[in-house]
Amino acid sequence: MKFLHLVWAGLKRKKLRTVLTFLSVMVAFMLFAFLGSIKAAFTGGVELAGQDRLMLRHKISFIMTLPQSYYARIKGMEGVKAVCHNTWFGGVYQDKPENMIFTCPVVPEDLFEMFPEFIIKPEEKQAFQNTRIGAIVGRKSAARFGWKIGDRIPLKSAIWGQPSGMEQWEFEIVGIYDGAKKATDTTGFYFRYDYFEEARQRDKGMVGWYSIKISDPDRAAEIAAKIDDEFANSPYETKTEAEAAFVQGFANQIGDIGAITMAVVGAVFFTILIVAGNTMGQSVRERTEELGVLKAIGFTNSRVLILVLLESCLLAILGGFAGLGLAWLIVETMEPPQMLPTVYMPKPTLVAGALFALALGVVAGIIPAWQAMRLQIAEALRRGG
Amino acid sequence: MSTFRQIIAVALFNLRSIPERLGSALTAAIGIAGVVGVLVGVLAIAEGFRASLVNSASPEVAIVLREGAENEMASGLARDVTRMIADAPGIARNASGALASAELFVIINLPKRSTNTDANVPLRGIQQTAYDVRGNIKIEQGRPFEPGKNEVIVGAGAVRSFAGLDLGSEVKMGQVTWKVVGVFSAAGGVAESEIWADADVLAPAYNRSDGFQSVAVRLESKDKFQEFEDALTADPRLTVKTQLQADFYAEQSKMMTTFITTIGFFIASLMAVGALFGALNTMYSAVAGRTREISTLRALGFGRGPVVVSILVESVVLSLAGGAIGALAAYLLFDGYRASTMNFSSFSQVTFAFSVTPMLLLMAIMFATLIGLVGGILPAIRAARLPIASGLRES
Repeated sequence: MKFLHLVWAGLKRKKLRTVLTFLSVMVAFMLFAFLGSIKAAFTGGVELAGQDRLMLRHKISFIMTLPQSYYARIKGMEGVKAVCHNTWFGGVYQDKPENMIFTCPVVPEDLFEMFPEFIIKPEEKQAFQNTRIGAIVGRKSAARFGWKIGDRIPLKSAIWGQPSGMEQWEFEIVGIYDGAKKATDTTGFYFRYDYFEEARQRDKGMVGWYSIKISDPDRAAEIAAKIDDEFANSPYETKTEAEAAFVQGFANQIGDIGAITMAVVGAVFFTILIVAGNTMGQSVRERTEELGVLKAIGFTNSRVLILVLLESCLLAILGGFAGLGLAWLIVETMEPPQMLPTVYMPKPTLVAGALFALALGVVAGIIPAWQAMRLQIAEALRRGG
Repeated sequence: MSTFRQIIAVALFNLRSIPERLGSALTAAIGIAGVVGVLVGVLAIAEGFRASLVNSASPEVAIVLREGAENEMASGLARDVTRMIADAPGIARNASGALASAELFVIINLPKRSTNTDANVPLRGIQQTAYDVRGNIKIEQGRPFEPGKNEVIVGAGAVRSFAGLDLGSEVKMGQVTWKVVGVFSAAGGVAESEIWADADVLAPAYNRSDGFQSVAVRLESKDKFQEFEDALTADPRLTVKTQLQADFYAEQSKMMTTFITTIGFFIASLMAVGALFGALNTMYSAVAGRTREISTLRALGFGRGPVVVSILVESVVLSLAGGAIGALAAYLLFDGYRASTMNFSSFSQVTFAFSVTPMLLLMAIMFATLIGLVGGILPAIRAARLPIASGLRES
C-alpha cells in the first residue's frame, strides 16, 4: 500500500487521458448495469415467483376460461393449501388504450392468502371485504393515475362489455397496496369476484386461471401432474406448472432476452477493453524511461509488474464503480418506461459488474505490465534520452 | 497557397501518417464500430418487426372490428352483422360474391423452438374468400385445407418458429385433432406467423358458434375506403370500427417498435459517449505526438483553419472507417436473422426477420460522422492554438 501514491502519480501524469479513460470505463459499466436491470425487468419475476405456488391455466391457451367450479375440486386435493382464481378483465381508464391496467376480479381472502407480498393495512383489507364495488390498487398505478382511497373509478373493458344494469363498470378504491420487495409488481388493480360475476353479461361461472399454494415446494411437479390428471379428458383440460416456470415461459415469449443482453454487453465490453487497453499501453510506452529509473533504483521486476497492473486496476475499478453507482442512482430515482412496470437494480448485476471492473483492469493492464517487467534497465534509460 | 489547397495538403499529410499510429487509430475506429454495430443491430429488430406487420399489408384491405376493440381478440361480431358488412358498398366482388371474410382469432400454446417453452401462437378461422381478400397468400407446400374438415394450413414463419407444425403432422387442441395439410407464405407479412383453419369448424371447438371477431374485406380500390366506412357508420344496426389493414397493424406495432427504438438509441447514445472519450484520447495523443510537425507547418505559413480542418478530417475518416466496419458487421450478422416475439397488442407471437435497411445504414454513417466531428473538434482547436516557438522545441 505504501506505493499507492506512486500509482496515483502515474494516473495523474496525463490527467486528461486518465479522465477520458475513466469516463469511457464509467459509461461502459453504466450500460452494463442498465442492461442488467432491463433484463431483470423482463425476467426478474422468475426469482420473485413463489416457490410454493403453482399456476393453472387452460391447456389450449391462457386466454381460454375455466369453470369456477374447479376451485373446490382443486382445494380439496391433497397437498394443496390455498387456491385463488383470477380472470383477465383488461380494464381501460378514461377510454385511452395506453391506460390499460392489469385488472383482475378475485376473492379478497384468497388473494391475500395467496400473495403475502402484497402489503396492505388491516383496515383497508377489511374495507375490501366489506365493500361490494371495492377495489385495491398497487402503489405504482395509484400514483400514475393520482388515485386516492375513496375515489370512484370507472373502467371500460372491451372483453366484458357493459355490466348489466349499469352504464359502466364502477369501482371504489378502498385500499392501496405496497410490495414486500422493491421488485414486487404494484401496478395491479383487484376487485371483487362476486360483483364481477353478478354484473357480467356472458361467460358466467368462468374464470381465467388459478394460483395454487402447495404445502411442500419439493412436490410441485408431482402435485401439478396430479391436478392435470384430475381434469384430463374433460372439456376444460388444464396445464399446471410452477409459477417460476410460467413466468420464465412468458418472458421467453418476448424473446431470448438473456441472449440479446449478453450480445450487447459483449459488444460494449469488447469495445471498451480495446479502448482502455490501448490507453494503458500508451501510457506505459511513454514512461519507459521512468520505469527504467525505478528499476535502476532497485524496484524488482515483479514490483514493477504489480505497479503497472495496480494502476490499470485502480482506473478500471474507479471507473467501473462510478458507472455502477451512477446507474443505480438513476434506476432508483427515474420513472421507468411504461412497458417495464418494475425496474430495479438487481444485486447480482452490481456484484458481477464489480468483478468485471477488476477483470477489465487486469486484462487491460497485463500486456503493458508484462512489457514493463521485461524492460532492460540500460536500454530503457537510453530510449528515453 | 489558398486555404482550400492548404487544407488538402495538411489533411493528406495527416492521413498518410495514420499507419505510424495504427494502434491508437484502430482503437478509435473499433470503438466506433462497436457503437454503430450495436445501434444498427438493435434498430434492425424494430425495423424487421414493423416491416412484418406493416409492409405486407395491402392498401385495398380493410378490417372491421366491434366498436371499442383494440384488437381482434377483444372484438366480437354476430353472424348477421358480418353479413351486413359484406353487403356494404365499395367491396370488390368476384364470381362467388363479395370479397369479405368473417374471421375468428384465438391463440393456442405451442412450444417455441428456440426456447422450448410454450408460446401464444395465433390461430385464425377464415372463410374461403380470405385468400382473395388478402391477395398475397401462396401455398408453398401441400394444399389448402378442405372446408368443413379438421385441417389447417400453417404460415411459413410459424412452421419455422414453433415445434410440431410441420407438413403432415397433427396438432391436438383440446378434444379435436387437426392435420397440417399445407404451408403458406404471405409476402413476409404477419399472416405467416398464423395457423389458418376453417372458421366454421373452429367456432364450435372454441365455443364461439355465436359469431366472429373480425371481417376482412378487399375494397374495389383504396379510394373506396371512405365510402365503405361511411356506409357502416351510417347503418344504425352496426356499432363497428373500420380501419385499413395497414393502419390497424401500424397501430399494433407502434408500442413495440417505439420501445425497441428507444432502448436502442439509449444504449447506442451511452456507448457513443464511451467511444467518444476513446476517440478524444486518440486524437489528443495524435495531436500531442505531432506538436513539432504542426508547429513547423504553422511556421511555414499554414493557417489555423487548415490545421483545425485537417485534424477534423482525420477524425471523421477514422470514425467513418469504424462506422463502416460496424455497419457491415451488423449487416452480415443480423440482416435476415429470424426471430419471433410477442406482439403485446394481440397477445400473440409474430415471427419476423431482422432487417438492416439502407435507411439504417445511412443513419449509422451519420452517427459515426457525428462522433468523429465531436471527437475531433477539441483536439483540433488545441492543435491550432499550439504556440509555434515552443512547439518547435518539443522533442
